[in-house]
Amino acid sequence: MYLEIPQLTGSVWKVWLRNRDVFMKTFRVNFIPPFIQPLLYLLAIGFGVGTFVNTVDGMPYPKFIAPAIIATGIMNSSFFECTFATYVRMYFQKTFDAIIATPLSIEEVIVGELLWGATRSTIDTILMLPVLAAFGVLEFPQSLLVIPFAFIGGFLFATIAMCFTAITPNIDSLNYPSFLFVTPMFLFSGTFFPLSLLPQPVQYMALAVLPLTHVVIIVRSFTTATLSGMVLLSLGWIVLVSLLFFLLSVNLMKRRLIA
Amino acid sequence: MPAILLDGWLFIAPVIVASNLVKRFGNLVAVDNISFTVEEGEIFGFLGPNGAGKTTAMKMIQCVSPGSGGKLTVFGMDVNTEQRKIKRLIGVVPQENNFDPDFTVYENLLVYSRYFDIPRRDAEKTISELLDFVQLDEKKDTMIEHLSGGMKRRLILARALVNRSRLLILDEPTVGLDPQARHLIWDRIRKLQAQGSTIVLTTHYLEEAARLCDRLVIMDSGKILVEGKPDELVRDYIGTEIVEVQNGPEAVACLDRIAAKYETIGDMIQVYTDDPQKVANALLEECRPGHVVARKATLEDVFLKLTGRKLRE
Repeated sequence: MYLEIPQLTGSVWKVWLRNRDVFMKTFRVNFIPPFIQPLLYLLAIGFGVGTFVNTVDGMPYPKFIAPAIIATGIMNSSFFECTFATYVRMYFQKTFDAIIATPLSIEEVIVGELLWGATRSTIDTILMLPVLAAFGVLEFPQSLLVIPFAFIGGFLFATIAMCFTAITPNIDSLNYPSFLFVTPMFLFSGTFFPLSLLPQPVQYMALAVLPLTHVVIIVRSFTTATLSGMVLLSLGWIVLVSLLFFLLSVNLMKRRLIA
Repeated sequence: MPAILLDGWLFIAPVIVASNLVKRFGNLVAVDNISFTVEEGEIFGFLGPNGAGKTTAMKMIQCVSPGSGGKLTVFGMDVNTEQRKIKRLIGVVPQENNFDPDFTVYENLLVYSRYFDIPRRDAEKTISELLDFVQLDEKKDTMIEHLSGGMKRRLILARALVNRSRLLILDEPTVGLDPQARHLIWDRIRKLQAQGSTIVLTTHYLEEAARLCDRLVIMDSGKILVEGKPDELVRDYIGTEIVEVQNGPEAVACLDRIAAKYETIGDMIQVYTDDPQKVANALLEECRPGHVVARKATLEDVFLKLTGRKLRE
């Protein structure tokens, strides 16, 4: 019953549109972080810490971490959108209650939220690309593939985030997945040092249970223009896991909201 | 649809029919086997103390809380299978305002219209009519946080009407409002009824229920205790008048002597009667009570008699 397939209509986009309209109303605030964050990471870690690193896998350190900065951005955007922001809409603003009093169903509201989370990742990625490109750490045109992929990667983290939102007893408890799930991924997913430095079992663990690992693999293969079969494997992992968490998140949310 | 044409006769089918409706949350029975019918064009009230099951019943009618038993149809459609069609025809005023705080008054109504697939141009026309109807045209571009409590309730009533709803569900529509704002809402509710809307409302204000409702039910612990027209309920359960007298052994003895129907509430005795003159005279002449007050019986007296005076938390 947790994996029941939801019945959806095009009304899902009405929820997406509602969130987009709010986003556009406050766009000045929303557009700043995606510009500033990659800049700070690239300067501090890429060019700061990077002076002590010769090359990683044959490439200069800033070039090695640039895709990690994008992948982390994809993760953060949709994860925080579908945890804290969704929780505020659901619990404090009662937005979902207002919407389900119309022909829309709760499943459609949740799927609209997930699609919006993925869209936030895409928007942030589009904003990050020119900043990183200005430092010459991205290969073009392959790096442009990151834009459509941001939606897929963003959707993955949106579905996982939504499961946490569905089971959290209160908004403060959402700090647990932030510290215990997002932060370890940020550090151990082949982001700032290659996975191969980790002991073999830990490497397998990272590949099996840290979604960011796969997102980093794919983004890095685009920005460094080194496409390989590994990309398809990671993409397959992402699609399967997204599907699982998609069904789980919709059903968990339905259970939470429709008693 | 509610009107059925048969052999040249027009039969008006009820808008809402509930039979043996049950709703359980774990071990708690929130709605316990209730049956009621709401006819087209009437204002039907749900009264009851906190936790009586009123809001749960409202949520079942608006198809967002599936029942645990019994049958419920709205406009002849089953709430379990035709949620979308039913929800398209109803307007809901929730107990708690749930606007989008990031939008203005106008934007709130426009975004809400979109959920009903109303074309933008039609929505704009309806919204300006509705803002006029609830006297908020001047607040069109105001952010929600800058509205007073009364304005918010008027706006939420307007929002419940964007889809030109034929059934309105109002969950405590005037909660926390000052008398002016309350009277304006009452006036609008009556106008909507005059225009042909069917209205179901819950309220804690017995005066409101007595003024507005054609028929009502009083609920407690998930059950319907009584159903009827407000004035008939008062007459049947209380009588037309109440005489209040200070509690004391003399007064009690006196009332027993004239075989009055009375109830003791703390240091006061309430006598239910259709002939207050007789009761008052008997009391004043025979037992010199502290003070005697005669007043009209109200729905509140019925409510307290049926649901008791214990506090509900």
